Amino acid sequence: MIDDLTLLTFESETAAAITGAASASALRDVEHAALGRDSRLVAARKQLGSLDPEQRRTVGKVLNDVRERLTAAVAARHDELARSERTAQLAAERLDLTEVPDSVVVGHAHVVTQTWELLEDIFVGLGFQVAEGPEVETDWHNFDALNIPADHPARDGFDTIYVNHGSPGSTLLRTHTSPVQIRAMLAQKPPIYVIAPGRVYRRDTADATHMPVFHQIEGLVIDRGISLADLAGTIEAFTEAYFGTGFSSRLRPNYFPFTEPSAEFDIQRPDGSWLELGGCGMVHPNVLRAGGVDPEEWSGFAFGFGIDRLALMKFGVDDLRELYANDVRLLTQF
Amino acid sequence: MKVLLSWMRRFAPIEGDPAELAAAMTDLGMVVESVDTVGATWNGIVVAEVLGLAPHPEADRIQLVQVDAGDGQPLQICCGAFNMAVGDLVPLATLGTVMPSGLEIARRKLRGEWSNGMLCSATELEAGSDASGIMILEPGLPVGQPLADALGADTDVLFDLDIEGNRPDALSIIGVTRDLAARLKVPFTIPAPAVPEGATRTADRASVRIDDGELCLRFGLRVLDGLTVGLSPTWLVQRLERSGMRSINTIVDISNYVMLELGQPNHTYDLGLVPDGALIVRRGRDGETMTTLDDAKRTITPADGVIANAADEPIGLAGVMGGASTEISDGTTSVLLEAAIWDRMSIAKTSRRLGLRSEASMRYERGVDPDGVERALDRFAELAVELCGATVASGRVVADGNRPTRSPITVRVSRVNLLLNTALTAGEIAGYLNPIGFEATPTSDNELEVTIPSWRPDSSAEIDVVEEVGRHHGYSRSGRRVPTSAQGGRLTPVQQARRRIRRSLLGAGFSEAMPNPFLAPGDLERAGLDQAAISLVNPLVVEESVLRTSLLPGLLKAVAHNQSHRARTIRLYELGRVFGPSDDELPDERELMAAVEAGFSPDDAGPGRTAAEAAVRLVHRIAGELGLAGLTIVNRARPGLHPTRSGEVMFRGRPIGEVGEVDPEVLERYDVAGRVAWVQLAVEPIVAALETIPRYKPLSRFPSSDIDLAFTVADAVAATDVARTLRKAGAGLLRSLDLFDVFRSPQLGEGRRSLAYSLRFQADDHTLTDAEIAQARQSCIDAVVKAHQAELR
Repeated sequence: MIDDLTLLTFESETAAAITGAASASALRDVEHAALGRDSRLVAARKQLGSLDPEQRRTVGKVLNDVRERLTAAVAARHDELARSERTAQLAAERLDLTEVPDSVVVGHAHVVTQTWELLEDIFVGLGFQVAEGPEVETDWHNFDALNIPADHPARDGFDTIYVNHGSPGSTLLRTHTSPVQIRAMLAQKPPIYVIAPGRVYRRDTADATHMPVFHQIEGLVIDRGISLADLAGTIEAFTEAYFGTGFSSRLRPNYFPFTEPSAEFDIQRPDGSWLELGGCGMVHPNVLRAGGVDPEEWSGFAFGFGIDRLALMKFGVDDLRELYANDVRLLTQF
Repeated sequence: MKVLLSWMRRFAPIEGDPAELAAAMTDLGMVVESVDTVGATWNGIVVAEVLGLAPHPEADRIQLVQVDAGDGQPLQICCGAFNMAVGDLVPLATLGTVMPSGLEIARRKLRGEWSNGMLCSATELEAGSDASGIMILEPGLPVGQPLADALGADTDVLFDLDIEGNRPDALSIIGVTRDLAARLKVPFTIPAPAVPEGATRTADRASVRIDDGELCLRFGLRVLDGLTVGLSPTWLVQRLERSGMRSINTIVDISNYVMLELGQPNHTYDLGLVPDGALIVRRGRDGETMTTLDDAKRTITPADGVIANAADEPIGLAGVMGGASTEISDGTTSVLLEAAIWDRMSIAKTSRRLGLRSEASMRYERGVDPDGVERALDRFAELAVELCGATVASGRVVADGNRPTRSPITVRVSRVNLLLNTALTAGEIAGYLNPIGFEATPTSDNELEVTIPSWRPDSSAEIDVVEEVGRHHGYSRSGRRVPTSAQGGRLTPVQQARRRIRRSLLGAGFSEAMPNPFLAPGDLERAGLDQAAISLVNPLVVEESVLRTSLLPGLLKAVAHNQSHRARTIRLYELGRVFGPSDDELPDERELMAAVEAGFSPDDAGPGRTAAEAAVRLVHRIAGELGLAGLTIVNRARPGLHPTRSGEVMFRGRPIGEVGEVDPEVLERYDVAGRVAWVQLAVEPIVAALETIPRYKPLSRFPSSDIDLAFTVADAVAATDVARTLRKAGAGLLRSLDLFDVFRSPQLGEGRRSLAYSLRFQADDHTLTDAEIAQARQSCIDAVVKAHQAELR
């Protein structure tokens, strides 16, 4: 039978061994020796039966308490060891995250596309649908239907590129997105609210502000009772949406064969300076008629401006040719 | 169009801040690009008399000039010009003067001699273009008087206007003034020229016959005798030079002055060189030639208008340039003056054909006021009398060709108010129109009768009048409102598809290029492609004269460009249109998507690192992201691509594009290094697929079983064909199929390889039994072995 003193010594020695166990396996050995089937504690419990009931209870309780304390100590030590092992393992797994190269391959949409899509989104928000037309056009859609008959001097201003197709002079690379107005009118009955972004062509030598191939966006609204006020309001709504608050717009008289009254629209920056952005006006009755729309029943407005120039301004590129050099060093900047 | 404020004031009392006047003109559609004060910088410049001239002892390019600046005392100036004599009056910039150039005049020493100011040339004063020497002033001016007072040249304001094609009237001082006066609500009048006429009659000394009335709408003549051609007075020189024209002599200057003031080009002949003063106006004839004023021999065509003499020889190119044979010279005593109106297109064609564009031809192309002929003849005569001492023969000779007629049109008040969003009355509308020469009379509450002025050839219909009302009422007064679209804004399926394709390519690391859609002849051939393509009729350069039929040449050029800048891996895509010949009204135009990846080594270094594989993976990626179920690749040699590493992309039973490696020979021709992956797909079939929204398939709640099968198959058998066989054999139970290993070895035999597939079986309604799985497995094996002469490994 264990006496109190022996028990006390046993407990303190075992507690020290638990604390001193340096690894999970050492701890397991200590636990086995002190609390296992062959331990002195178990042996002592087996002898309890030889004691009288009173004594049995007292000694039994003492033995149980010792056992519980030691078991708790083992568990605590176990956690402690597990924690430090994990810490050691994590320490061993150290990585220098800055070694990872930052050469992530990300694709970049062309700045013209980014601007184009932003414009689409703004006008979709204003209730417009997006119309399209062919880049190779008939001279009728590009000119005649837009109130620019064959002998009209305005035709010369367009520096048109003609293509070898059909009868001579009948087929050209569209010089503006305006023929989409005609196609939209012929394709659907009013009311019509469309924009038409697209690629256009002019026989222009490339320089910092001109390219023979560039992009425009066209707007066309045809409805009952459309007036100059609707045009001015739409331009203003677009100005705020695209450029931001503090920007405003004005219309001033201008001349285009396909609109009348015609206007140029300018954007005023918050610093008061003006930016000439594009042309607009009330759709000319001859253009409505060409599109199969009765000018007595319907009226409308149209506007148009360059996408490339907006892209240049947005990203601070100073030479239009840079946008079309397809240099990845430029493309991946934006 | 440069317009001087002083000149406008000849016709209307225009007052006010120049900036506000500029804003008013801009608001009328005559955009003022600049407003400059001219003449103001003459402060400090006085009339000085040259008292003495002496050489500079130390410098032979400078002389010492003693001048009297008004106080009677000699003042020494160092001067680099030698054109003055003692007694001449010259402009002196006194100390402290700030010159028009910004230079401030200070007392300074030049090689040891003091200079107490600066003598000025006409250029330095911005009073002319003569920079050859000091400006010598007219004798008799008071010495010491400020130059601005002495020359009667006050400060002036110069507006530079951008005039649109529909406003030929505004290419004249009177046109701009008329518009501005109407806006400012001040009276506008054109003073009638005062022409003292002599004894001889014009009709006795000159005649004209118009043979082609379509070419020549009107032709007017006057005869001026006894002219002395000399230098123009300062006021005339200043007006012309400030308006951007050089002063030549009185007769040329008057001609230009009348054109700028009234917008009517005019021409002078030496009457002595025109037999009988008789002119014939007709079309040119093939084979005719004439020498123009610039001493160039010109070939004439029937498209040109000519003025011929009585012998029917051309002596002038209508509206473009006069002839050398009748040019005014020092010996000219009598002048035949012409003011004509020509057909706009004829002038445009001739000036374009000959590359001769002048202030006159530019005005004729836009349209000159046919009713202004008489006024221009008279104004010229008035000035010739005043400045050249001319005697004017009495009367004019004016012949009409197809002179335009003006008939009134009806303008509806309701139409004006609808389009302009205004509430104007007929009276108010007339109030805007009459001051600008649109003679408007209300005929009812809703209608006006409007006669369009002769100087507005652009206007002929109600809508043209609406624009005039809008302009003068002010566009900004129409208000603003945002119309409500009843249909709702959205992108079409094509536009949505384009964005999804783009997103997929961007996610795969491809950046967007926009190559030139114009190719050089031979570009297609160099790319191994069919040369049938549409060419341009009038290309700018021959290198850009063919419309592309494929995106390949453009992207290869982009790759070559980037490789020349030492870029290694290059991933570019394009969404663009190509054009092919067709029998329809328009060419076959279609939108393609193409992607190119360069930077693969030519020796296929690295497993799975061939360009072709990268291209195929990209196709699968796009198909996966866009949900193009059932897209397959068929091995097939494609033009321009590596013959054994290219294929056609099939979707819903038809080819929609191509994939693979670019033919190494093509790469060589395009100066591209390494191997290049290539994908090109048509956008339209993809769009069609996206319109099908995928339907929900219930997920099976029962366990699945995986088995692996490896077959030895001949190289000629496409892996996709084996997969198709497996799918068919697995029927309803095969849930997924992955080709996870491909290898070749001598043990498998020459021309054969092993394809290892992982198959997952699953049923929707029960747990598969071992027997079912075994049976499915066996069906798969049997099918492959039978269909492809395969062996199970």
